[in-house]
Amino acid sequence: MKQDHDTIDQGRRALLGAAAVGAAATVGFSSTIVSAEGRKTPVTAEHRWGMLIDTSKCADGCTACVDACELENGLNLQERPHGLSQQKWDDQRSTWIRKVRLQDNLSGQITQLPLMCQHCEKPPCVDVCPTGASFKRADGIVMVDRHICIGCRYCMMACPYKARSFIHEPVEHKFTRAPRGKGCVESCNLCAHRLDHGENNTACAEACAQTGHQAITFGDLNHANGKLRQALKATKNRQIREDLKLNTGVRYAGL
Amino acid sequence: MKRIVYREWLIEPERYWGLLAILGGVIAIGGLAALYMEHHGHWVTGMSNSVVWGTPHIFAVFLIIAASGALNVASIGTVFNRTVYKPLGRLSGLLAAALLVGGLLVLVLDLGRPERLIVALTTYNFSSIFSWNIFLYTGFLALVIGYLWTMADRKGQPFNRPIGMFAFLWRLALTTGTGSIFGFLVGRQAYDTAILAPMFVVMSFAYGLAVYMLVLIYSCTADGRPIGPLILRRLKNLLALFIAGILYFTLVYHLTKLYGAKYDAFEHFLLLGGGTYTLVFWLGWIVLGSLAPLGILYHPELSKDRDWVSAACGLIIFGGLAAMYVIIIGSQAYPLEMFPGHRVLEFGAAGDVGGRVASYAPSIPELLLGLGGTAVALFITAVGIRVLQFLPESLADRDVDPHIAAKSA
Repeated sequence: MKQDHDTIDQGRRALLGAAAVGAAATVGFSSTIVSAEGRKTPVTAEHRWGMLIDTSKCADGCTACVDACELENGLNLQERPHGLSQQKWDDQRSTWIRKVRLQDNLSGQITQLPLMCQHCEKPPCVDVCPTGASFKRADGIVMVDRHICIGCRYCMMACPYKARSFIHEPVEHKFTRAPRGKGCVESCNLCAHRLDHGENNTACAEACAQTGHQAITFGDLNHANGKLRQALKATKNRQIREDLKLNTGVRYAGL
Repeated sequence: MKRIVYREWLIEPERYWGLLAILGGVIAIGGLAALYMEHHGHWVTGMSNSVVWGTPHIFAVFLIIAASGALNVASIGTVFNRTVYKPLGRLSGLLAAALLVGGLLVLVLDLGRPERLIVALTTYNFSSIFSWNIFLYTGFLALVIGYLWTMADRKGQPFNRPIGMFAFLWRLALTTGTGSIFGFLVGRQAYDTAILAPMFVVMSFAYGLAVYMLVLIYSCTADGRPIGPLILRRLKNLLALFIAGILYFTLVYHLTKLYGAKYDAFEHFLLLGGGTYTLVFWLGWIVLGSLAPLGILYHPELSKDRDWVSAACGLIIFGGLAAMYVIIIGSQAYPLEMFPGHRVLEFGAAGDVGGRVASYAPSIPELLLGLGGTAVALFITAVGIRVLQFLPESLADRDVDPHIAAKSA
């Protein structure tokens, strides 16, 4: 009997030991996560992030920016639900940035450009959101608080740029840096996780530069001597749907 | 004039329970459809990132605006002091509350995250007309319940007129708010116009009254209560006037859009080249949903026939759903015009729609959810008139009109 008790005790000890090691490992791991966390202070209006897209440099057939966005935000992990046609899936899957090809009605000239959330100063999506889930950060980034988004899609109705996507299907795989879930709306957030970790470029702009096209200049609209303001000064540019006077953070040259 | 006596709905138990069983079945199927969509996600519906609001919104918006319209009958009695309408008030209040509950249920169950309703009820963004609508809808329900109390309880009678007035103003605000959901969307060619708000108000008058008249005629006929020609004539004349009002607003809406050169393409799409949407607009909204019922309601003989009047009401409801289809779906299917003077050759992946008309085919679960909400409204009404005294015993001319009563006395 005694031996039996000892055996049991040993087993329990081993279990407790394993639990202690596990707990220590968890604490250690979480402290690693904590130390890996980015921003510790609130976002301020010191910066207003934005972009200039030079359509004359945007190359035909190149999708580097789109591919980089998909990889960065885990959008390439989306799986087409079984039984859904490719055609419909194309219009249901989340797309934060898309390559648009235009032809001028008069001259027939072709223009290419990446189109994403334009990060308006006065965003219609933020105006209409009933819960405030769609919001604008102090640094100008327009994004969705996925904890309070109820999936009403009113922001998608309001967006003049078709920049937002609704997550139609259950999400199996996602990144911690870009959490996603069925039934919520999402869109480009100018790689906010990168900015919050001290980086100062987006995945799309970085990828575009790596291809050598340099069509996307990312930067701070508030920084008078910064590269974005210099680029805006040097190149004639405009906003898409300028008539709406939304003062977008994303500007286009050659359009 | 005799005192108006209200009685519970006295149809045979088998018929009553049979009706409830049918409605309960439709509700259950609608609930299962909602569960199915919630479990799998919206990919099982016809909706996409281009057409983000589908068939459930057609039903929800229709039911919500019909709810405020259904209350008009009570308002005419209370606010405008028309004696003939007073016996109709209780049913009007009940139907208004029932339709609103049905419509809101559909709206909530179509959310991407319906379980977060509590978030919508506790976290507000007051720049959103949606947020205001939450107050307008819940306030409307509370007001209607209070209004019914003033109609049914002697103690409430002194408050009848003030509450009735307030409810009338509230329902105007509610439908203005619902119309503004669309009217305030500046980015879309079909919306971005303040005229949608008053247009929705007139639509609510017509659709609410059509639903009201159908329910009244059916419930009174079912247990043999007389409806005099006077009441029928008054109601059908009012209905015809409201339909003419919708036609007027529809005309002004399109003329306004046609006048602005930047909306030419959209008008061409909707009125001429939009395929299904053009067909639904002309055949569903205008011909079958407006002109045909107008013809019936102003016809010297047909308009006296209860069955023909019921058919006209049915057509108006059909026309209302067609109008919602065109306003809600057609306007989303039309591409957002972002690049004037340009043709969009590619817009992301092949099926990612931009620069061309988006396709939308209603899925069966969406349709079932919409029908489920409608059944909820009818279920509440059926139970209400059965267990409480909502229906007047007689709507014969001599019982509702003091002048006729005086003459026959």
